[in-house]
Amino acid sequence: MQIKGHHSLSRVSAAAPNEPLWLRCLLIGLCYLIVCGLILVPLYYVFYQAIKPGFGQFWNNLVNDSDTSHSIWLTMTVAPVAVVLNTIFGIAAAWVITKFRFPGRAVLMSLLDVPFAISPVVAGLMFVLLFGMQGYLGPTLREYDIRIIFAWPGLVLATCFVTMPFIARELIPLMQSLGKDEELAAVSLGANPWQLFWRITLPNIKWGLLYGIIQCNARAIGEFGAVYVVSGHISGETDTMPLRVEKLYQEYNNPGAFAVASLLTLMALSTLVAKIMLERWIAAQDAARFLDEETGA
Amino acid sequence: MSQSGIVETATPKDSGDHLAKMPSGSQLPNSTPHPLLRKSPLPGFGLSLGITMAYLSVLLLIPLAACVLKTSELTLDAFIAAVWSSRAQAAYLVTFKTSLLAALASAICGVLTAWVLVRYEFFGRRFLDALIDLPFALPTAVAGLVFSALLVEQGWYGQFLVPMGIKGAYTQLGIVIVLTFIGMPFVVRTVQPVLESMERDTEEAAESMGANRWQTFRRVLFPAMWPSILTGFALAFARGLGEYGSVVFISGNMPFKTEIAPVLIVARLEEFSYPEATAIAMVLVAGSLISLATINWLERRSQRYAN
Repeated sequence: MQIKGHHSLSRVSAAAPNEPLWLRCLLIGLCYLIVCGLILVPLYYVFYQAIKPGFGQFWNNLVNDSDTSHSIWLTMTVAPVAVVLNTIFGIAAAWVITKFRFPGRAVLMSLLDVPFAISPVVAGLMFVLLFGMQGYLGPTLREYDIRIIFAWPGLVLATCFVTMPFIARELIPLMQSLGKDEELAAVSLGANPWQLFWRITLPNIKWGLLYGIIQCNARAIGEFGAVYVVSGHISGETDTMPLRVEKLYQEYNNPGAFAVASLLTLMALSTLVAKIMLERWIAAQDAARFLDEETGA
Repeated sequence: MSQSGIVETATPKDSGDHLAKMPSGSQLPNSTPHPLLRKSPLPGFGLSLGITMAYLSVLLLIPLAACVLKTSELTLDAFIAAVWSSRAQAAYLVTFKTSLLAALASAICGVLTAWVLVRYEFFGRRFLDALIDLPFALPTAVAGLVFSALLVEQGWYGQFLVPMGIKGAYTQLGIVIVLTFIGMPFVVRTVQPVLESMERDTEEAAESMGANRWQTFRRVLFPAMWPSILTGFALAFARGLGEYGSVVFISGNMPFKTEIAPVLIVARLEEFSYPEATAIAMVLVAGSLISLATINWLERRSQRYAN
């Protein structure tokens, strides 16, 4: 189960044959109603509510509330670590799955999908059972004074789990379609593994990888359920931005909640813009390669 | 689920020096005992499999094993009592019902949106298409916050809907609405490529033979779109089953009314009754693994269809 990526809107191929104008208008109107009502209005509403008390107050809600600013800092440190770990894992998993055949390969591939299917709350629970105070490894960890649950490492673990498949699932179809001819040629010409990766594989997959990283990062920033369970909800310590939104909402501090929410929405929007630009760029590259092949042949 | 055995059985441990050997396996009779055991000239098998398995073990396999172990601490009676209490039953029912309704709503809205975006040229087409991806990127907590604020009596939507008797906030309807927000893009993005790649000839042939637009849609277009609609539906449904972040905001989390299963797990956790929480979680895991298997099966089927 993969979120379909690299989608570029093609031009309408031909006028739909004998379709009455009223039907066409009705359908377009309904489409506008759905997308605006479900997506555009809520999007606008976040910023409307955040700015309503005035820009000064908005800024105040973000910066002068020490718990909120800590949550921003926490999200900014947890998400990138999770993304880096998942990038390493994603490349390794895609490499082993696409370049080699071995028993258990199919099982490995379906294991990659499991985090998509498991409820984030259950994911958080699994880590609490393992590393929590009453968990299986809890007493041992306490002896060495290592805190995982209700602390930063737990947040990273939970975020990693939830965002684990994004990069691997982006790279596997891409590397499968690229095949391994180029790598085989490089090896036969005497490239060492380091050169092979940096000179051949990475340049080939870099845009797909970036696409996966963008998606993974968006999800890492926004993760709620898994992080909720492992964080213990300690204000100013283990509250990430989405958790802070919830806490402010529970405290009936709507302007504060919407201020943090608007920041999260801005991040989502920049993700979206980055994705669209990347898709255009990939489409342009594909077109250029196609033209090259045409003229070459 | 243990597959650590693979590492030893088939892997030539890579040390880099075998790189000097050419891919000449086919000439040597004794070097190719079995296709699966043939050594690939590419490096990094041991390293990448090692990283993958280590990561999967720490994040997925060992925690899952802990889950199973914790559940086994319960006696069968206690397990059933935890999993099948009337509150738990109500929670499963709410989860299942709202996810199913939301997936249905997503399928209907999604197919309509995909159709309009693919087939018609109109003002704002690209803009609407770009907006479809927003729910993928938007943190679900934000979605929950916004919809609960929009649907309360004083909210932008609530002021029209509540007088009509449609209460969105703190009801199951609210859960369905946020889950539709989250699920619809799955349907649009699975149906869209299929619609785009569909050839116009069959459609035109049907029309030239006198079929009207509705008949063409029902007999020609719909059967071709069906597998992708089903996949999108299943994706939206699976996502809805596990959703937590947005639902906590809008549902009010009232036991027996709007409490979903993940919320019940958190409630049990906060009472420190870990085995009960885990037992309910295992039921959810079983449900989601079944839906995952179904999705994979549907995907394979629709791929076969596409080919």
